[in-house]
Amino acid sequence: MRQTIVRNVAELPTYGYGPRSGPWWGAMGFMALEGMGFAIAVGTYLYLYAIDPNWPIGAAPPDLWPGTTEAVVYLLSIIPNEITNRAAYRQDLAKVRTGLVVMSLIGIALLVLRGFEFAHLNTRWDNSAYGSIVWLILGLHTTHLATDVGDTVVLAVLMFTRHAKPRRFSDVTDNVFYWNFVVLAWLPLYALLDWVPRL
Amino acid sequence: MSVTAESNELRDDVLNGLQLSGQLERVWRTPSGLVGALMSVDHKIVGRRYILTAFAFLLLGGILAMLMRVQLAGPEQTFLSADKYNQIFTMHGSTMMFLFAVPVMEAFAVYLVPLMVGTRNIAFPRLNAFSYWMFLFGGCFLWISFLFNVGPDVGWFSYVPLSSLQFTPTKRADVWAQMITFTEVAALAVAVEIVVTVFKLRAPGMTLDRIPLFVWAMLVTSFLVMFAMPSIMVASTSLILDRLVNTRFYDASSGGHPLLWQHLFWFFGHPEVYIIFIPGTGMASTILATFARRPVIGYPVVILSLIGTGFLSFGLWVHHMFVTGLPQLGAGLFTASSMLIAVPSGLQIFCWLATLWDGRPVYRTPLLFVIGFIVIFVIGGLSGVMVASVPIDTQVHDTYFVVAHFHYVLIGGAVFPLIGAVYYWFPKIAGRMLSERLGRWNFWLAFIGFNVAFFPMHFLGLIGMPRRVYTYTADMDWAHLNLLSSIGAFVFALSFALLLVNVVYSLRKGALAGDNPWNGSTLEWATSSPPPPQNFDRIPVVKHRDPLWADSESLPVIAGLSAERREVLLTSLAEAEPQTREASSEPSIWPLLTAIATTVFFIGSIFTPWAVLWGTPPMAVTLIGWFWPSGSKEDEE
Repeated sequence: MRQTIVRNVAELPTYGYGPRSGPWWGAMGFMALEGMGFAIAVGTYLYLYAIDPNWPIGAAPPDLWPGTTEAVVYLLSIIPNEITNRAAYRQDLAKVRTGLVVMSLIGIALLVLRGFEFAHLNTRWDNSAYGSIVWLILGLHTTHLATDVGDTVVLAVLMFTRHAKPRRFSDVTDNVFYWNFVVLAWLPLYALLDWVPRL
Repeated sequence: MSVTAESNELRDDVLNGLQLSGQLERVWRTPSGLVGALMSVDHKIVGRRYILTAFAFLLLGGILAMLMRVQLAGPEQTFLSADKYNQIFTMHGSTMMFLFAVPVMEAFAVYLVPLMVGTRNIAFPRLNAFSYWMFLFGGCFLWISFLFNVGPDVGWFSYVPLSSLQFTPTKRADVWAQMITFTEVAALAVAVEIVVTVFKLRAPGMTLDRIPLFVWAMLVTSFLVMFAMPSIMVASTSLILDRLVNTRFYDASSGGHPLLWQHLFWFFGHPEVYIIFIPGTGMASTILATFARRPVIGYPVVILSLIGTGFLSFGLWVHHMFVTGLPQLGAGLFTASSMLIAVPSGLQIFCWLATLWDGRPVYRTPLLFVIGFIVIFVIGGLSGVMVASVPIDTQVHDTYFVVAHFHYVLIGGAVFPLIGAVYYWFPKIAGRMLSERLGRWNFWLAFIGFNVAFFPMHFLGLIGMPRRVYTYTADMDWAHLNLLSSIGAFVFALSFALLLVNVVYSLRKGALAGDNPWNGSTLEWATSSPPPPQNFDRIPVVKHRDPLWADSESLPVIAGLSAERREVLLTSLAEAEPQTREASSEPSIWPLLTAIATTVFFIGSIFTPWAVLWGTPPMAVTLIGWFWPSGSKEDEE
């Protein structure tokens, strides 16, 4: 079939930020399906809660301090996360490096805190359906957190190597975007796990 | 401190036709040899593998169906024991639903969607390769377990408490639950790839109202996968945790509830029907337009119907649970929503009939299968409206009436258009035509065999034959209809054998297809058959809904993409305006290694929870290898 060139796109950039970038949409897709996973897990919790009048079943509610500390750290982490985001848009490599190291450390700190939270749930996974669902929800979010921390650490290492190409800054903004989802996902889960058993 | 932009590079606008083809083929081809084949990230190669693997599972699932029909052909048969029959019907259902029906639709999308939207590869090609390996390993794992006599035997729905440790103390239910996870990972990955491919990799000018109907269907399907599959993920994970580490999700004595399983399973399970059916409608629309030789009438209506069906499919799951004693108000609501979904499906059918009526139809094999699909699906839809009603469902629940209904819906709704799609797109994939004569035999054997096999089951159900029974006594008066059904099943199976013969014969002896043998209107026909590694030498520009019919003399294209590295054009979401030229992944062995590590993790965790600990580091290492940009041409500079 004969072809007619009607436009030249040579001048277009080789990467984009936010909705102009493919990986951003990929992150959106994974957020949608992971968000649905959390929603289903929350639905499971509420279903079990609805059919059992003695909630939490045979256990004290979780101790508040680990989850609350985490919630505070998550909320505060938005500040360095946003600073990293702006530095990435400016393609300021030094600040991006600093930002990614800080965010990696915050992620690792949250994983340590998460260990304390499991220890202070005041129930085991095999005590009752209540224990099972709180361990499952916390486990799901921990997997979510750990994979994002892993991604942040790898990206940080990349930015200290020769692979710190311009398009990598777009990856940094996607990582920032995804972290905001990790934070957003945590807040309703925190309310569910730590406060609903106290109602 | 900042990093500078890339330097000058070879672009396609400085090369003439032959030079450009050769250069792009060198850049986009899959490396040769076994290792090269294992590294492939070409959507066409992955798609072909996916299609072939899914059809291999269809063959296996079909053989099991035949074994069941031999057993049920007469009363008090001893061909299969009750135990073996349980395994076989479980394996048949699980294979057909999880290893054939959903994967084969996604497989066609993996092959076709990038071609139909006019791009050079799917979004996230390495994820695509990974998803295939996960699907393959998950399917093999299930079937190897079956051959070693640890295959699941609790139905494709795996209801608790039947599948709990108390009633299934062996590893059978664990095998089933982990297979679910494999197929979820594969299906979810493909869904995200399809969504991003459709949203961002469409050819310039392919606005939302110019997207081909099959692509629209796959977009809606992908969203269904993304929002339905997490439910079965939570359900199956909870099941295996109950079995392995004594969680209590489904244990009524500790605050759990068996009905929780059914809610979670059917919240996935009913959209699953539409995950299988909606791609079939997309195939039907595409085939119908080509052979009616006119665009589908009511393009916006068809799209709104697809979206409407997608939304409504999430509001139906409770009609599978009418006999579990749920509140009356809920039963009424779900009856209404179950009946309501007939409306968008009906609208599509009217659009297709109007297209045929107004067109100049050419009755070739693909169109015959689409017409067969319409007839069979309408019958399945009508029995669907019947079982959506609580009083009727209460009577026929768990009888052969339901078996007849869902085979009419699933085989009529998915398999018939799928076989039509095989005949339609085989020339593009293989470069040769399938035999039309064998195709017509194939269709009539399939149509007659199917109806003889499954229509009698309506009557069997109405006179009380329960489903999932391995035999029946002579005094039940079910023998004649069962024998008829078994004969029909073998005729139906013969039609698939004929399809296989046709494919094998035509791969060697079929007539050469040429670029566009059916005079199709969509972009996959704008490239050679089979397509080159780069799909298109120059990316087409779309100015009409049926670009190859509207621009039949000369196809408008763009220039300016890189000719020395893998690059795809990203466009805006609604208007498909060019935005960026983004790198596409190079071939890599890491998706395969990651899939192997993930398989070890999943299978290990059937036997010991510690696999979660020792299985994680290999997965992490392979994932880092996958994402590390070593080998990327852009990073090697």
